[in-house]
Amino acid sequence: MLSLLHAVFVAPFLDMAGSPTFLAEVLIGGIAAGRMYSLVALGFVLIFKASGVFNFAQGVMVLFAALTLVGLIEKGLPVAVALLATVAVMVALAFGIERVVLRPLVNQPPIILFMATIGLNFFLEGFGEMIWGANVKKLDVGIPDESFKMAGILLNKLELTAAGTAAVLVAVLAVFFQRTRIGRALRAVADDHEAALSIGIPLKTIWVVVWSVAGLVAIATGIMWGAKSGVQFSLSLIALKALPVLILGGFTSVPGAIVGGLIVGTGEKLGEVYWGPLVGGAIENWFAYMLALVFLVFRPQGLFGERIIERV
Amino acid sequence: MIYREAGQFKSSYASDQAIFPIVQDRWVALALLAAAVVVPAALGSDYWLQAILIPFLIYALAALGLNILTGYAGQLSLGTGGFMAVGGYAAFKFATAFPGLNILLVFVLSGLAAAVVGLIFGIPSLRIKGFYLAVATLASQFFLIWLFNKVAWFSNYAPSGTITAPARTVFGVMVTGPNASPEARYVVAIGVALVFALLAKNLVRGRVGRAWMAIRDRDIAAEIIGVRPLRTKLLAFGISSFLCGIAGAEYVFLYLGSAETQAFDINLSFLVLFMVIIGGLGSVLGSFLGAAFIVMVPIFLANAPHALGLHMPVALQKQLELMVFGGLILFFLIVEPNGLARLWQITKEKLRLWPFPH
Amino acid sequence: MSDAGPPLPLLEVDGISVRFGAVQALERVSLEIVRGEIAAIIGPNGAGKTTLLNVISGFYHPYEGAIRFAGVDRTHLKPYDVATLGIARTFQNVALFKGMSVLDNIMTGRLLKMHGSFLLEALYWGPARRQELEHREFVEHIIDFLEIQAIRKTPAGRLPYGLQKRVELARALAAQPTLLLLDEPMAGMNVEEKEDMCRFILGVNDEFGTTIALIEHDMSVVMDISGHVVALDYGRKIADGTPDQVRSDQAVIDAYLGVAHA
Repeated sequence: MLSLLHAVFVAPFLDMAGSPTFLAEVLIGGIAAGRMYSLVALGFVLIFKASGVFNFAQGVMVLFAALTLVGLIEKGLPVAVALLATVAVMVALAFGIERVVLRPLVNQPPIILFMATIGLNFFLEGFGEMIWGANVKKLDVGIPDESFKMAGILLNKLELTAAGTAAVLVAVLAVFFQRTRIGRALRAVADDHEAALSIGIPLKTIWVVVWSVAGLVAIATGIMWGAKSGVQFSLSLIALKALPVLILGGFTSVPGAIVGGLIVGTGEKLGEVYWGPLVGGAIENWFAYMLALVFLVFRPQGLFGERIIERV
Repeated sequence: MIYREAGQFKSSYASDQAIFPIVQDRWVALALLAAAVVVPAALGSDYWLQAILIPFLIYALAALGLNILTGYAGQLSLGTGGFMAVGGYAAFKFATAFPGLNILLVFVLSGLAAAVVGLIFGIPSLRIKGFYLAVATLASQFFLIWLFNKVAWFSNYAPSGTITAPARTVFGVMVTGPNASPEARYVVAIGVALVFALLAKNLVRGRVGRAWMAIRDRDIAAEIIGVRPLRTKLLAFGISSFLCGIAGAEYVFLYLGSAETQAFDINLSFLVLFMVIIGGLGSVLGSFLGAAFIVMVPIFLANAPHALGLHMPVALQKQLELMVFGGLILFFLIVEPNGLARLWQITKEKLRLWPFPH
Repeated sequence: MSDAGPPLPLLEVDGISVRFGAVQALERVSLEIVRGEIAAIIGPNGAGKTTLLNVISGFYHPYEGAIRFAGVDRTHLKPYDVATLGIARTFQNVALFKGMSVLDNIMTGRLLKMHGSFLLEALYWGPARRQELEHREFVEHIIDFLEIQAIRKTPAGRLPYGLQKRVELARALAAQPTLLLLDEPMAGMNVEEKEDMCRFILGVNDEFGTTIALIEHDMSVVMDISGHVVALDYGRKIADGTPDQVRSDQAVIDAYLGVAHA
């Protein structure tokens, strides 16, 4: 019994203290994974903040964007052109989604919209695979996947570039929402569709803008992920992990998505490396969700989310 | 009018409350059900029984379970696969640990095991609602699958983690295991499905169903008029997991024969959710219609091109399946959120009046 | 139904205060409602009338003050427990269960009185069946009383607004409450519908002896049917008395009524 307690509550920390450089590497690995989750979560937050729709298909959009980009490059288009074309495709997708999914369902309760995005998710998965094929593809964006040591810690050029890009992206979006006129309109729409309509906010345009922006975020995420591990279908499953991130960070907070992602990513890695062996490993499969569950019981609105006040 | 219902007035509340208030409906339904039990067993080909009817009945039971939780009580759950897994593994453990136990009893016990697990994972539902709850159910899904994978005890220390249904008989007829005939398995499956459909129908149109729907439609008002939220939600989780557990047990024992945890993964949860959405949220009949529909789509996609003389590679078939499922979900949510069940109801109403317009 | 001695107030609200963040919704509000009376709560929008009902229902809890029902302190009860005491209510925005039929909606009002195990329910056997039919009969009396027989199988979400309000009243009545709280029962109705509603409310008070407290903006209705009026403004009580007294109270005229009402 005592040895069990020791193994759970003491030994892992001793391990961590024992080799700090290894710990740093685990943390960095966690941050890298977490960053991916954050970006997917970011796409969710954008769409939710601006249209009140919980887009289950965000992960698949990442995959779709990546597939399109890689597919076009493989067809022989130069990278820059392929990128522009992918942007166009994602914008077209946004138009399509607005027309086919959002507009007919504008008055429905959120749960219906959520289920619609589940349908969308599966549709896009099949569609993407049908057009581009199911094999894993390599994505080359011209940044070498090299590692180097700094202060004894193993770092990676690609990772750092990705981290930097992500940071810039997030900053831009945060400013967009808080400071600009369009950002304010987006927040109004998220709050109440009908009220926004009644004061003249062009709902259709807003939705297309938002889903396009989310599409751009999806492209960025897809590139970063694809460059690291190749474009493959496990992407959409990993995107499910973004859901606990949203729980932790709140559904409407851009900083929350980032912080939540980092917490989940590092938490997972730490858990797997230091506690995993105790129970046979692979706890990454459920750790994030359990964390979210525990969190939800004590703080249903997440770290940064708004407290839901229910009125009768 | 296919038949006359003029002159049929209800003289008591009892007759108004009946499941089939119109007398002719009642006879037709009973006849159809009797035929459904007998005809396929007597005439059906092994392929039809094995690949279509038996899985249909099993999925229908799982869909019924999920419909109770999500359609009636309004608690969105993505953890159906996990609860079915509990049923499957529990059935395996019970059957191997107590070889003399009647397999039907084993099914019920595994349902109860799943119900207990469902209750535990349902406790957070008092604080957590909507999408948050959906994410919380993912926790149960991933955790349970991991648990059955990791803890070898569940699969009796089999090297590959596979569980295999041992042979069991009911009234001397072999119903599980490699020598069980599809007919025998079919009769068990349809028997179980019909019994629980009836029990569920009674539940949902009475006091319990009303409490569930009140929580679903407006949980705050429900509480103010005297519905106890935690008790009501837990009852939904419990009964739903019970049914999913039995479905899971049947999945292994009557259909697959042997299974690994992969059979119960997140895709199964989504599949059952699709059945519930397409069939109709909040409808017992809908659970069956949705299950039938979903079972038929891959069959159709596999055979239709063949019939038309086209060749369809297997990969494309899978992709089309995904697209069709996704597309159908969107279609139903937009056009008829109450699913096939509502479409059926509208058809019936039109038929009652036909050939008159109203 | 008269008792010996002076009439004990059925509901005593004693100096309750409620705050939402920085907003003072109610400030030391006190009032008494006597058994068998119809009391009206009036005041401009945002005065705290619905909040007052919500506190009585147990949905919000005051940070100071007490609520006594039939003499016993009930300040911190949860909504479910308040319902068991015999307090039922309707809501400003009609909180019907849209997915259920009118009959089922009203039957939910009987849930508190329905007991039994779900296993028996599943079998629809014996006691479960009898109970269901008994309650059905009771609910049918209410349906007759409120003249909504024709719509009993219609899904509540499909009804016009006026009928929805009536169904909500039916659901509240189904609980056989001692105290009935009505939040703007006539809102959005035309003259005929209002007359019908007044008739029903008076009927409920007359035949079943139910004590009624209602929030109402239409002063002619208030004058007609209530015997006791309480006026709120900015979360504070500004008048309390008979309809005539309150109508001619200067503070009420300033805050709400304007020039003396004809």
